[in-house]
Amino acid sequence: MKEKDPLNVIVTGVGGQGNVLVSQFMGRALVRAGYHVTIGETYGASQRGGAVMSHLRISRQAQYGPLIPSGQADVILGLEPVETLRVLAQYGNPDVTVITNSRPVYPLSVAIGAARYPTVDEIMGALEELTSSAWLINATEIAVELGAPILANIVMVGALVGAGLVPLGPEEVELEFQESLSADRLDLNLKAFRRGLAEARARQPATPSA
Amino acid sequence: MTSITAYEPGASQLLMGNEAIARGALEAGLGFASAYPGNPSSEIIGSLAEVAREMDIHVEWSVNEKVALEAAAASFAGVRAIVAMKQNGLNVASDFLMNLNLTGTSAGLVLVICDDPAGLSSTNEQDSRPVAKWAELPLLEPATFQEAKDMTKWAFELSEKIRNVCLIRSVTRVSHARGDVRLAELMPPGRSARFAPTMLGQFTPLLVTLKHNMLHQKVKQAREAFETSEFNWYTGPEKPELLIVTCGSGWYYSLEAVRVLGLEESVGILKLGTTWPLPEKLVQEHLARTEKVLVVEEVDPFLEGNLKELVGDVFSTLGPLTFYGKRSGHLPTVGELDPDRVMTAVSTILGRERAVDADYAKKSQELTQSMVQNRMVGFCAGCPHRATLWSVKNALKLDGRGGFVTGDIGCYTLGLGPSGFFQLKTVQSMGSGAGLACGFGNLGKLGFGQPVLAVCGDSTFFHATIPALINGVYNQANFTLLILDNSATAMTGFQPHAGTGASATGDPAPSVDMEGLCRSLGIRVEVADPFDLQETTEKILDFMRCDGGVRVLISRRKCALVRAKAEKAAFKVWVDSEKCRGESCGCARLCTRVFQCPGLVWDSEGQKAKIDEVICSGCGVCADICPASAIIREAA
Repeated sequence: MKEKDPLNVIVTGVGGQGNVLVSQFMGRALVRAGYHVTIGETYGASQRGGAVMSHLRISRQAQYGPLIPSGQADVILGLEPVETLRVLAQYGNPDVTVITNSRPVYPLSVAIGAARYPTVDEIMGALEELTSSAWLINATEIAVELGAPILANIVMVGALVGAGLVPLGPEEVELEFQESLSADRLDLNLKAFRRGLAEARARQPATPSA
Repeated sequence: MTSITAYEPGASQLLMGNEAIARGALEAGLGFASAYPGNPSSEIIGSLAEVAREMDIHVEWSVNEKVALEAAAASFAGVRAIVAMKQNGLNVASDFLMNLNLTGTSAGLVLVICDDPAGLSSTNEQDSRPVAKWAELPLLEPATFQEAKDMTKWAFELSEKIRNVCLIRSVTRVSHARGDVRLAELMPPGRSARFAPTMLGQFTPLLVTLKHNMLHQKVKQAREAFETSEFNWYTGPEKPELLIVTCGSGWYYSLEAVRVLGLEESVGILKLGTTWPLPEKLVQEHLARTEKVLVVEEVDPFLEGNLKELVGDVFSTLGPLTFYGKRSGHLPTVGELDPDRVMTAVSTILGRERAVDADYAKKSQELTQSMVQNRMVGFCAGCPHRATLWSVKNALKLDGRGGFVTGDIGCYTLGLGPSGFFQLKTVQSMGSGAGLACGFGNLGKLGFGQPVLAVCGDSTFFHATIPALINGVYNQANFTLLILDNSATAMTGFQPHAGTGASATGDPAPSVDMEGLCRSLGIRVEVADPFDLQETTEKILDFMRCDGGVRVLISRRKCALVRAKAEKAAFKVWVDSEKCRGESCGCARLCTRVFQCPGLVWDSEGQKAKIDEVICSGCGVCADICPASAIIREAA
């Protein structure tokens, strides 16, 4: 894969999904691999159910600013489908690749019955129209199977690496887990990462139709 | 995660801007660090606290920003010290600062102020830089993560050179962003701290005019140092059609704008790291080479104003100049900057179009608009504040005299909105809830008959509520102070405080007894469990009705996020779909529509309430609000 420089990646989700952790794991592995990395995060409301995103800028040559200009995302990693669409609307372009968790976290307006959450088909329809390729991953289901729904974010990191969308090999990310995580958390995180990796490798992106 | 001392010198480490500032202080031989938590500044002292034991230095969470700065003036004893605060904190500390500037310092003392453009995690939007001019203290503004580290290190040298405080102003997009930083050697502090004033009155501002004159001399020295500073640089053509002058986060945005617009041959960027006093000779040289200047900076046109002040002094040596920026309307005067805003400004000034894929932009808006709802920020599932404010709402209604809540700063500020049932009616600064109540509570003879409930959190209580409480007692104000004690400074990242029994470094510390302290004022003090809605409601009602003087009710439950990390859920909660009568119940979906816990959702297909087991924290409070007893709570 020819590397784009800078490679602009946006990680998006809802406060509490571990968005910041995802960008940090990848950022640290990328710095170890010799890249210049900048991560800009939307914070503040991040633990209280707000929309959250991290901008990752990856370059061999130079350090870039913490905010990606509109329309210039190369990859969007979504931990929540509607958040993926929100980011796509501002930062997408015809060449963007999207990989997103399929499990909704309902906005309060939906939870209280005042608004409707789009169906999977509606979401896929929009992704087909607006991306060069899109992957839908049942990350939360996999994490629930592993007994820790919170690890959906790590499943998604596995899927991102498995899909070859960032210049990182699995062993580089696993090394980062080993450095950063306490022994009691390491095993389950590695399991979640490998399940995501296998999930992406087992299939082609869901769109566009041939 | 990995600490700021984990890597060898020479290595590159991914550091948050705040961590880079902390690392720079350690490379300068830091001995003392203090702060009160406040975003976006909290991680400076947070990351130093993690390594305090290993570096054998003192790091503390102080009770408020003024005390933090006063404590850091321990640098008088020959110890390099750093103190960090957000923009609101500077306001608290400014009384001391405006005397400390005249007193001067001996060992390096660096004050880091982190501004929060757009108030992403603040109640106000404030540019703190005018304090540099006001207090006549040198001001540095880091633009990159590397610079955040290196500049902090240098700030100690400058502080010692001019024997005064050195200010660093950061912003959210530097402090709370991360980038790779090349590390240098750590320097352990000296171990011979001793306070030895040598001159009469050296550490007082007395002989004010003499000290003021000395202060002017220090500014002059700082300006000379700034003229050759490595933190100021220029990139671009010899004679730019447009000169961008920028600082802080504006640097990367400007660079990106020039790159994306392909204007490297015609637009130059003068990036200043030392923004007050201005390095006048350097700036003048660059102004002489252009006719158009765009100033890119966060919040107020501070740099722009200073540049114009300089131009006013030296205009005869310059050609005709047109300034663009916030005052000309090319950049917004509220909210934060971003690369798009800078691109728009540059392309407007030069009359160039920015290539955009308009078809895609239109299509993406159309396709997603109806699917993407706003995400309201609210209390977490299992948050004790939701439960307390539910009881407040019911008690005020039962009381019926038009009582209201004066609010304060913390997670519970969200009580202004739907997840706190709109119960907070005022929010200003730290401690102001009780301060306002002191006034309202003394309007009785002016016809005022509404019960007043002031709320504050546990950390806010120690920070600034205590003086207002004492004032209320002394002046016999009539109000109830409701302390929402969740045993953490939750909004800023769960830092310990004077009442938690732990120090910044995680060591056991004396726990200041909040109840005992209030009781010593001779007033009624009780504790309630917010998860017991009935008891809490009755207590609030009783406190409100016990007119005369100040009384304190402490609503005590650990923060839900702290509980989730340390404890198993107390209950398994589920909705009995036989008992839930949905829309036909008559409760008008009290649980989902009004109580609004994110763990409790309305199933529009089944037309019943249900529990989202991924989000539910198992507090069981919702079981008590369902009139049909359809929400089942079982011991987990």
